[in-house]
Amino acid sequence: MTDLADLSIASAGVGLRRGGFSSRELTNAVIHRAAVTESHLHAYLTLDQEGARAAADRADADFSAGVDRGPLQGIPLAIKDNMTTRGIETTAGSKILSGWVPPYNATVVDKLNAGGAVLVGKTNLDEFAMGSSTENSAFGPTRNPWDTDRVPGGSSGGSAAAVAVGSALGAFGSDTGGSIRQPASLCGLVGIKPTYGMVSRYGLIAFASSLDQIGPFARDVRDAATLLEAVVGFDIRDATSYRGETPDISSLLDRGVEGMKIGILAELTGEGIAPEVDQACRAMYDKLADAGANVRELSLPAAGYALSAYYLIAPAEASANLARYDGVRYGLRVDGDTTEEMMAKTRAEGFGPEVIRRILLGTYALSAGYYDAFYGQAQKVRTLLRNEFAAAYEQVDVLVSPTSPTTAFAIGERTDDPLSMYFADVCTLPSNLAGDPSGSIPIGLDGDGLPIGFQVMAPALHEAQLFRVAAEVERLAEFEVRPALATSEVTPA
Amino acid sequence: MIDWEAVIGIETHVELQTRSKMFCGCAVNFGAEPNTTVCPVCLALPGALPVPNEQAIEGILRIGAAFGCELVEDSLFHRKNYFYPDLPKNYQISQYDVPLCINGRLDIDVDGEEVTIGITRVHMEEDTGKSLHGSESGRIHDADFSLLDFNRSGVPLVEIVSEPDIRTPEQAREYAAELQRVVRSLGVSDVRLEEGSVRFDANISVRRAGDEVLGTRAEVKNMNSLRSLQRAVAYEIQRQIGLIESGGEVIQETRHWDEASGTTSGMRSKEESEDYRYFQEPDLVPLHVDDSWRDRVFASLPELPSARRRRMVASGIDRQAAATLVDSEDLADLFDSAIDLGADAATVANWLTGEVVAYLRRHDVALSGTSLAPEHLRELAGMVGDGTLSSTAAKDVLGYVLAGEGTPGEVAAAHDLTQISDAGALDSEVDRVLAENPDVLDKLRNGDMKPIGFVVGQVMKATRGKADPQLVSDLIRSKAGAN
Amino acid sequence: MPVEIDIAKVARLARLALSEDELAGYGAQLEDILDHAERIGALPTEGVPPTSHPLPMTNAFRADEVRASLDREEVLEQAPAREGVFFRVPRILGET
Repeated sequence: MTDLADLSIASAGVGLRRGGFSSRELTNAVIHRAAVTESHLHAYLTLDQEGARAAADRADADFSAGVDRGPLQGIPLAIKDNMTTRGIETTAGSKILSGWVPPYNATVVDKLNAGGAVLVGKTNLDEFAMGSSTENSAFGPTRNPWDTDRVPGGSSGGSAAAVAVGSALGAFGSDTGGSIRQPASLCGLVGIKPTYGMVSRYGLIAFASSLDQIGPFARDVRDAATLLEAVVGFDIRDATSYRGETPDISSLLDRGVEGMKIGILAELTGEGIAPEVDQACRAMYDKLADAGANVRELSLPAAGYALSAYYLIAPAEASANLARYDGVRYGLRVDGDTTEEMMAKTRAEGFGPEVIRRILLGTYALSAGYYDAFYGQAQKVRTLLRNEFAAAYEQVDVLVSPTSPTTAFAIGERTDDPLSMYFADVCTLPSNLAGDPSGSIPIGLDGDGLPIGFQVMAPALHEAQLFRVAAEVERLAEFEVRPALATSEVTPA
Repeated sequence: MIDWEAVIGIETHVELQTRSKMFCGCAVNFGAEPNTTVCPVCLALPGALPVPNEQAIEGILRIGAAFGCELVEDSLFHRKNYFYPDLPKNYQISQYDVPLCINGRLDIDVDGEEVTIGITRVHMEEDTGKSLHGSESGRIHDADFSLLDFNRSGVPLVEIVSEPDIRTPEQAREYAAELQRVVRSLGVSDVRLEEGSVRFDANISVRRAGDEVLGTRAEVKNMNSLRSLQRAVAYEIQRQIGLIESGGEVIQETRHWDEASGTTSGMRSKEESEDYRYFQEPDLVPLHVDDSWRDRVFASLPELPSARRRRMVASGIDRQAAATLVDSEDLADLFDSAIDLGADAATVANWLTGEVVAYLRRHDVALSGTSLAPEHLRELAGMVGDGTLSSTAAKDVLGYVLAGEGTPGEVAAAHDLTQISDAGALDSEVDRVLAENPDVLDKLRNGDMKPIGFVVGQVMKATRGKADPQLVSDLIRSKAGAN
Repeated sequence: MPVEIDIAKVARLARLALSEDELAGYGAQLEDILDHAERIGALPTEGVPPTSHPLPMTNAFRADEVRASLDREEVLEQAPAREGVFFRVPRILGET
């Protein structure tokens, strides 16, 4: 009998409606899984057992009364701790917000609540979503469930670890340069970043405004689609929220790839990609061709510059977005004789080194005399990249590549060399800069037993195509493995 | 003796009185209890996002159009980055190199001289919160701490920047006054200096007459009335001239006007001038004002003060009276309504700018607090026109009408103020006076018209001022000529 | 081309009170990162407009309607320092 915590969202939904078990039982199973795995993983910053059980009871009452709010009713989910939850501490993984309790919910949280979902807790992240390993959290790293000496990826490492191990049936994270897809890849999950503007950013603690998007983690493509469908849509409280008709997401899941044109991003093959990752992806390109797709290689030269452009644009926007953390209205305050001194001391003490590094970088890139060469130039490179993507999509329906150049690296391995850490995002960055949807699907394990992720990128608003190919990749990969920790028989560390 | 020229530009900030704030739904309410009209957006809580108020954009476009600006088709919002505790995000959402309105003008009249002041740009931004300083003076200099109220944070703010075309303190004052009139006529803000819904900052420099190069300029802030503005500008000009003439140099700095001492003083200078690191606001999308929107804005403009004054002068009143009327919307509206009913323009203008203004001041009441209606003015003007009332009596009647005693007809009857215009009745009075003063009659008959005034005066005395003096005078003349 | 940064000035602009050692460390790291990022200077961007937004949208407005504000107590409860109904800060040096 499957432990309830190992059910997919779809199966759990069937079981709840058939009366096989209650949301309370399901939630308890998930909470128990968290209880035994947390000491190994530290996926959560806040576990809201009371709130979760209350939500589960409400869902059960609704089911009994014949009220069905949707596929997420009664389903235990986790939320990355950079989305505001009213009444529940929200830290963005930072000391500067330690103890902060928001007076309002993020729109995504409101939507999930309206759908009857059960929010289990807030997951760990790199501070202010800046990082690729979750080692930059002020509250200690999260560990990869496949090998706890390794990183789960970042910045949404906590959400990824929780879903991978069953201490949530699904989760939400945010992706600015790869922060959903890369941890999904390193943890053997499906992770999706939607088209920019698809999901409201209201209540998402901002890192880089023109790049941030909220998206789902799930153990399979269908669940990921369900999670995404629950949160997309225009929000009047987000001026960058897409005002057109919400695109279809899941109608092509079973269509297969016969007749589709698939482009392999040439710049993300061979050199710079770990051999086993490269091999596994090439094998998948062949399988897709066998399944009826027309697969060819395409070169997008600007993609090679995406990392440089990103590390000018994102920190610049972040340097302004994080200026509000000044000890005046909320959060940490370190006293000073003057307000200026108080602000400077508060920020120096409240922010970790990676955040400080990026604020300095961003401030510099925007400053007088340097704007044109750095920030200004980077925004133009972004246009070049978008133009190249647009041209590519005239020839192919989707683009594919590895999600991450490597599988999970060791904790502490890259923390002394910021640049080496930044390279983890080299495959994922381009679609953030372009604003296009993309996702990671697990396709196998390497020789060390670590998951390999396959990335699919689609044109803006073409989520349906993205999911269509992702579903086929999933079918072809037949990746059914779970990490050893994904069991309730685990003894706490 | 060197001839100096002052070069002055004025930056104006106007708070728009929309229902809600610029980027969030908090109420714009000046009387609210501290920190009660705040939300995640205007408090800059983590995760909050700005969304522009459509009515505020409409408001700034109307202001730009009223100044004859070009309404820019594609404009952008930018972040202006600096740290200050009353600025919650530590950046202000503003407009930088592509503002909504550019290249306008404002014509002003200073003692008969018409001057055109260019308006460089009009752009949209948001207001900051308010700080109260914990010190004796309430000034920041000797404060130990400050208290912050964020009710004002996020109120829509329109910045109007003039070209440095102003040359004298009087022009500066008139520019500010006319700007207020124009904006007030649009109904987008009550632009009250004392309340802070409009703020003026002056940029002042001096140079020797004939010099092409501009001198270093200082910015002067904290002028809370038009009079202070004029005084401050005058002071600063003299200060700069004095400084240069004694061998010193004007520093580019911000100076604070102190009303009590009548001086400007430099504020604590920062280590280096602020680098605002402007970049396009990524939380907002660009603005697009197409032809039809532009046309609608221009078509929606009311009659602007200058046009209104011109129309009033054309209807037969003098420039000064027109200026006084237009300065107060209530009086101008009343004037227009009375004229529409057929009252004589010059007569009504005289009464409004004279008796009515004096009455309102004396009783410290607004026009709306009296019962004076356009119909009253029409009736009263008619009564003077047909001789029922003398001009002097009419003023008394006006006073009673203002006090709410009734219509001019009712009041005139009640106080027995109607003029005697019956020639027959007056005839006997004139005869009587002439009979009592035979030497006067002789003089008149001999062509010496000087004593007419005496006779008229006597008749007026006898009739307790109710005789129509013109009629009396005519009667005297005819008697003088007849015999 | 090695990039030279006045890191102390940048830290002041960003209101970060860092020690001399920290400044030196960050300065060196920034120079490394920027040396790498500078490569974008090689790309042909003349006449290329910058992208500030992935989505081609304009005029995203909201109607001028009043919405409920936050409860003042809930807000001030989170304040690091308050005095009655105000937020309190130490003395402010500069004046705008």
